[in-house]
Amino acid sequence: MVVVLTSDSRIVVQGATGYQGQFHIGQMKQFGTNVVAGVTPGKGGEKVHDVPVFDTVAEAVQVAKANTSLIFVPAPYAKDAVIEAVDAGCKVVIVITEHIPVHDSAVFVNYAKAKGVTLIGPNCPGACSPGPKSKVGILPGVIFKPGPVAVASKSGTLTYEIVGALSEAGIGQSSVLGLGGDPIPGTTLLDAVKLFEHDADTKAIVLVGEIGGGHEEEAAEYIQRTGLAKRKPIYAYVAGQTAPEGKKMGHAGALVEKGKGTAASKLAAFKAAGVKVAVFPTDIAQFVKTDLRL
Amino acid sequence: MNLFEYQGRELYEKHAIPCAKGFVVESMQDLEAKMAQAHYPVVVKAQVLVGGRGKAGGVKFADNAAQLREVTKGILGLNIKGHVTKKVMVAQKLDFAKEFYLGIMVDRATRKFLMLFSADGGVEIESVPEERIFKTTIDPLTGFQPFHARAVLLKSGLDADVQKQLAGVMAKLYTLFVKEDAELAEINPLAIQRDGKVVAGDAKVVLNDSAVFRHPEFKQKDENMTDLEQEAKERGVALVQLDGNIGVMANGAGLTMGTLDALTQFGGKAGVFLDLSGTDNPEKVAEAVRLMKKAKPAVMFLNLFGGITKCDTVANGLVTVLRKEGVEFPIITRIKGTNAKEANEILHSFGLETAPTLDAAAKKASEMAKNPSAYKIVRATPGGI
Repeated sequence: MVVVLTSDSRIVVQGATGYQGQFHIGQMKQFGTNVVAGVTPGKGGEKVHDVPVFDTVAEAVQVAKANTSLIFVPAPYAKDAVIEAVDAGCKVVIVITEHIPVHDSAVFVNYAKAKGVTLIGPNCPGACSPGPKSKVGILPGVIFKPGPVAVASKSGTLTYEIVGALSEAGIGQSSVLGLGGDPIPGTTLLDAVKLFEHDADTKAIVLVGEIGGGHEEEAAEYIQRTGLAKRKPIYAYVAGQTAPEGKKMGHAGALVEKGKGTAASKLAAFKAAGVKVAVFPTDIAQFVKTDLRL
Repeated sequence: MNLFEYQGRELYEKHAIPCAKGFVVESMQDLEAKMAQAHYPVVVKAQVLVGGRGKAGGVKFADNAAQLREVTKGILGLNIKGHVTKKVMVAQKLDFAKEFYLGIMVDRATRKFLMLFSADGGVEIESVPEERIFKTTIDPLTGFQPFHARAVLLKSGLDADVQKQLAGVMAKLYTLFVKEDAELAEINPLAIQRDGKVVAGDAKVVLNDSAVFRHPEFKQKDENMTDLEQEAKERGVALVQLDGNIGVMANGAGLTMGTLDALTQFGGKAGVFLDLSGTDNPEKVAEAVRLMKKAKPAVMFLNLFGGITKCDTVANGLVTVLRKEGVEFPIITRIKGTNAKEANEILHSFGLETAPTLDAAAKKASEMAKNPSAYKIVRATPGGI
């Protein structure tokens, strides 16, 4: 049993006929992902890599039995797309789109939560469960390998670095979740930790944080309170130790404000919770290898 | 993006939040043209996006036209902590009986909105003791309700009439916060005048950068950005200028930050953070390299992890610039992932230094930054092959 994406995941891609949609439908199919439908209003009846395109998500759910949506639509229309997916009955919604207004994500994040839908993103690379060969998003397929380590990360490229290094060291992954770098994410590091905690296929957890907000501290507090790190080893890397205050470092959420959201605070919280902290992102593979005696 | 006080005040007026009558001027001629609008006594405030302007001489009072000219002349052009005053706001001076604080913001912890009220306004909210600040969380799905006002006012001990006025301001400020796509809308002080009327004494609004497309009237230079940062933003590149001398270019915000951090392990210090993000169009990469050239680093450190982005495409973008224009600094690279081999071959043919791992590259970059002239610099190829 892996989390979020399983062998039952049937994917509908919203924004299927755009450049990104077309390209990544091809990439996902190549990986083995069960992409069953595309949606682009006005383009119903077309096909992208043999995948049927519908005008609405509701049709994709009814006809193609889609249950997981991947969203590529441009930022001004992303809120509409997420609510459409939730109302159509998708149980997992993954939002790749960057630069979504925070008031839009505040509404759809809370809406998805109220409806019991797992939302990942926005501004994220997607998720992957290598075992059931389900990769949903823009993550490069070649880096993954099935195995026991779960990864949740606020940074796309750092996820690839760390997962790539794990696979190179012969260590596979159970679930990899790219949570995104926006201030209001659908799934936080704490949400991810709770999912991994109860997943029998996950033997170790890697968390990748960055400056801004307090979601790292929140996850660390839970790990400390439950003693989770004693049951499943947890490793963390936090980017932005040298970032100046008041400057957004590439991600909308990567911002130290009035001394809050610093990497130092996050690293201290993780250490206090018994989480092993890495200086270089690529160190993590070696830590896991040693601890799991792989 | 932080708005100037006068812009925030215009939004308050648009949403019928009571504020002092006033106007903004950007020159002495401008002042002469608007003189008749002044209701004395007035307060003249420098429009800068930095705190402590009162102490720096950026807030003065005037009782008549002669004084108004004199203080405006003194404040226009005033340099307040590096921010040059280009505009001043002239507003009716209010007679405050009591000052409060009211703020509504995006709350990352609850992923909802947070409203803060304190009866101890007029000072920085950070300096008010926690138990004197009343907070309530507002769900974006349902929005502001009258009970939210009751929740923060109940223990205030204020008169029923004042509470009613404050509740009205809260509802309006929430509407502004949502309709104008604000990350923060703050009134400090929110004051009661001697006549018992509640009025906004200041206006602080931070707009959400991602929502500016819905508010084209605020497409303006972000005063907290350097000219180069602004230019990069307009080209869709995330660039931050820092106080070191190594120009870091990487793909992805996290990896770019991670590269900055790795340098410090070896005594190096980044002067530029440049995130290529998912860029894999050689022309876009070339543009990013040109931005890097403008920042004049001592050394450039290119750190790539190719996923969907192909490393050789990025390498080709870099060498386009090397070939045609050349650079003034040595370059160290560390390339991994999709098509890394091809990328390294391209870079080697230009004699660029490559390192196998992030820590080796960070170490090398830090060494190079101490004595950049000892390393090879790629000048433009004559004829630009």
